[in-house]
Amino acid sequence: MMAVHRPTTIEALCEVVQTAAAGGTTLAIRGGGSKSAIGAPIGGADTLDMTAFSGLIDYVPADLVLVAGAGTPLARIEALVADRGQMLAFEPFDPAPLFGETRGRATIGGVLAAGLSGPRRLSAGGARDHLLGFEAVSGRGEAMSGGARVVKNVTGYDLPKLIAGSWGRLAALTSVTLKTLPRPRATATLAIEGLGPEQAQAAMDAAMASHAEIAAAAHLPASDGAPAYTLFRLAGFDPSVEARCTLLPALLNAHGQLVRLDAAHAETLWAEVRDVTPLMNDRALWRILLPPSHGGGVALGLNERGADWLIDWAGGLVWACHNDAEMVRGMAHAVGGHATLIRGSEPMRARTPFLDPPAAGVARLAERVRRAFDPAGVFETGRFLDQPDAH
Amino acid sequence: MRMPEVDQAVLARRDAIVAALRAIVPGEGVIDEESALRPYESDALTAYRQPPMVVVLPETVEQVAAILRWCHDNNVKVVPRGAGTSLSGGSLPLADAVLLGMSKFNRILAIDYRDRVAVVQPGVTNLAITKAVEGEGFYYAPDPSSQIACSIGGNVAENAGGVHCLKYGVTTNNVLGVEFVTIEGEVLRLGGRQLEPSGLDLLGIIVGSEGLLGVVTEVTVRILPRPETARALLIGFASVASAASCVTEIIASGIIPAGMEMMDKPAIHAAEAFVQVGYPLDVEALLIVELDGPSAECDHLIDEVQRIASGQGAVSCRASTSESERLAFWAGRKAAFPAMGRVAPDYYCMDGTIPRGRLVEVLERISALSTEHDLAVANVFHAGDGNLHPLILYDANNPGELERAEAFGSDILRLCVAVGGVLTGEHGVGVEKRDLMPVMFSESDLAQQQRVKCAFDPQSLLNPGKVFPVLHRCAELGRMHVHKGALPHPELPRF
Repeated sequence: MMAVHRPTTIEALCEVVQTAAAGGTTLAIRGGGSKSAIGAPIGGADTLDMTAFSGLIDYVPADLVLVAGAGTPLARIEALVADRGQMLAFEPFDPAPLFGETRGRATIGGVLAAGLSGPRRLSAGGARDHLLGFEAVSGRGEAMSGGARVVKNVTGYDLPKLIAGSWGRLAALTSVTLKTLPRPRATATLAIEGLGPEQAQAAMDAAMASHAEIAAAAHLPASDGAPAYTLFRLAGFDPSVEARCTLLPALLNAHGQLVRLDAAHAETLWAEVRDVTPLMNDRALWRILLPPSHGGGVALGLNERGADWLIDWAGGLVWACHNDAEMVRGMAHAVGGHATLIRGSEPMRARTPFLDPPAAGVARLAERVRRAFDPAGVFETGRFLDQPDAH
Repeated sequence: MRMPEVDQAVLARRDAIVAALRAIVPGEGVIDEESALRPYESDALTAYRQPPMVVVLPETVEQVAAILRWCHDNNVKVVPRGAGTSLSGGSLPLADAVLLGMSKFNRILAIDYRDRVAVVQPGVTNLAITKAVEGEGFYYAPDPSSQIACSIGGNVAENAGGVHCLKYGVTTNNVLGVEFVTIEGEVLRLGGRQLEPSGLDLLGIIVGSEGLLGVVTEVTVRILPRPETARALLIGFASVASAASCVTEIIASGIIPAGMEMMDKPAIHAAEAFVQVGYPLDVEALLIVELDGPSAECDHLIDEVQRIASGQGAVSCRASTSESERLAFWAGRKAAFPAMGRVAPDYYCMDGTIPRGRLVEVLERISALSTEHDLAVANVFHAGDGNLHPLILYDANNPGELERAEAFGSDILRLCVAVGGVLTGEHGVGVEKRDLMPVMFSESDLAQQQRVKCAFDPQSLLNPGKVFPVLHRCAELGRMHVHKGALPHPELPRF
């Protein structure tokens, strides 16, 4: 019978982990559970529920720093910073709807552990760039911390970088220190209608090489009677946004006619890109990271093989639906990219590692780094299909 | 500064070690004559000097791998070195270690404007990347003040910053991939041209690892289109407090300037005497605020910042109206360090970061410490991100002054940590701040960082004596449990 542990103090959490390590039990760390359908199905692990580590610990808007319990709902953090005219600039999102579930359970710790960032990542950096510090309990059952609460810090190893995107394989996060940024005063979205993926890529390449300071760039293919949209978001102070709204159409003249979308329509389209709503279906869903200029070409190749897709990060990210893992990963690898399986059937997830396996030497090194935090493999639940020597 | 004890057995093998290195790197790439080793005896932290046992300057990745593999198999320590501009002694040699210089890795391998990346060898200077891409309107954003000389490999090792990192980030935010060689001689690639790696972000930990985890042989950096315009403001204040609250108000208003630098009165006077750029001499604090972007944005924000500054009691305010005027504003700030050379024979530059809100309090306490230690101090700093550079003025020829300067510096860094800041914002720990690490980190936090080191370098052969104050053996760290800060293994050497 698999137990559920819900420690409420760091001391109790240390004890849960130490006991599990000593007894050869594995622990599946769980925040809101919004990403529990990612990765191989977990059989024999106890659940480590982190939701007790919830709540705002400190927020100094003037210092652009926020500290919160890792189990705090993402939605709550976003509301708090929005109240002060600020934002989490990496634009995290709640993936629950991708699995047919209701939004609102995702925790800030889970978002950072998964390293998920939205369209603004293109200009503002990703989850890794906004995690300044953390507190956690390692797989050794020891309380530990990394980083600090200042933006500029090179004291010791940059452990926050290692923790962001580590999927809970090193430590159970108890609190996170995040960089916040002022919300832009003005935002405008310009769009070209009707481009194919490679034409869209060319337009995005041109925009990104310009002075237009693109905040986000994405491409949604045509669907259900709606035309294809190549989207460019401009953000900042009003005079600057207005000037760039004039500059960009002239710059992209050769690629098509740019029209300014009304705010509500633009908001809907960007939410579709961020939340991947056009790809909510039963097929396998891939998050493919690419050298940006290859986004359009890879999307075209996938399209020819029957995939549904959309492009974000000016080509650096392609979301695609297709059940052929070998084909999808092969296309990503051919141009130096990699593909993460975000959604798949249970049998598919049981045989396909959801994280694209790195080269053998890198995998060996990563394994050694994991053992440095978690020598007994207490967090190796079998979700990753890559730990031959864990129990 | 205590360094790891010299291994006499290794010194006794010196001829054999030199011969082995010559077999890997033929010709002039191995330096073992005493006079020729002298130029390598220190980096930019010249208070510490130690000629290396031998210098090797490989030209190929295969040679780097063979050198590291041989040193690993023969238990010989290795100190990597880029351009030698570290301010924290990051590449200070050891008497019984091979100094591995990467200066011959000086080629730009690829520039791709569609992927917006440059792929370069680690010995390429920071500024050379910008020079290579500026014809197409691009640049490489991090700009440490040593950018004309410092190498990108060294920038990766130290996670270098610069005056423009407030808006554009430091090295780690601008590096997309590396090729590096482990101490075992294995060549690995991390990251690439995409924005994020798959799986553990090992690249994120290589950047800023101060040469303790591996030797970088290739770097892929993000390049950006150069902003259309840049303008700067030179704002004088009658008190440091009003300058500091101006900084806070600018950030609170939603403006992230490209750079925001503050200088106090001693720094203003020294800089103006050195370069004569028209800094006001009747103010207590000077702010340089640079705004960049489309010209409409610059003009708008120049007005906004001027409005905020006058609301905070600015006594003078000049906005640059030409590129030469903008550069003149910066000339004084950029000359602040050399300008100190005319005020005092020696200076010691600190690098702590503090939460911006504590600025006034910290500067007042630094001033009190200056009296206490009877040494003058000038302050220049990256005000936007709270990264202080107090310059402690002393004369090394006066007995005891260097020690007093170091004690003053330690007190400043303890103060930074006490207000919620850190020991170093951009210069690195190296040997300089190594022994202060326990001020900021608990014993168990330091042990966890050393376990990461052990995952890369189980025999602690890469750059030993840097960053960590206590030399633990990896096998012991693996077993160690620390309870309530009790110090385990008191028998281990501390240095």
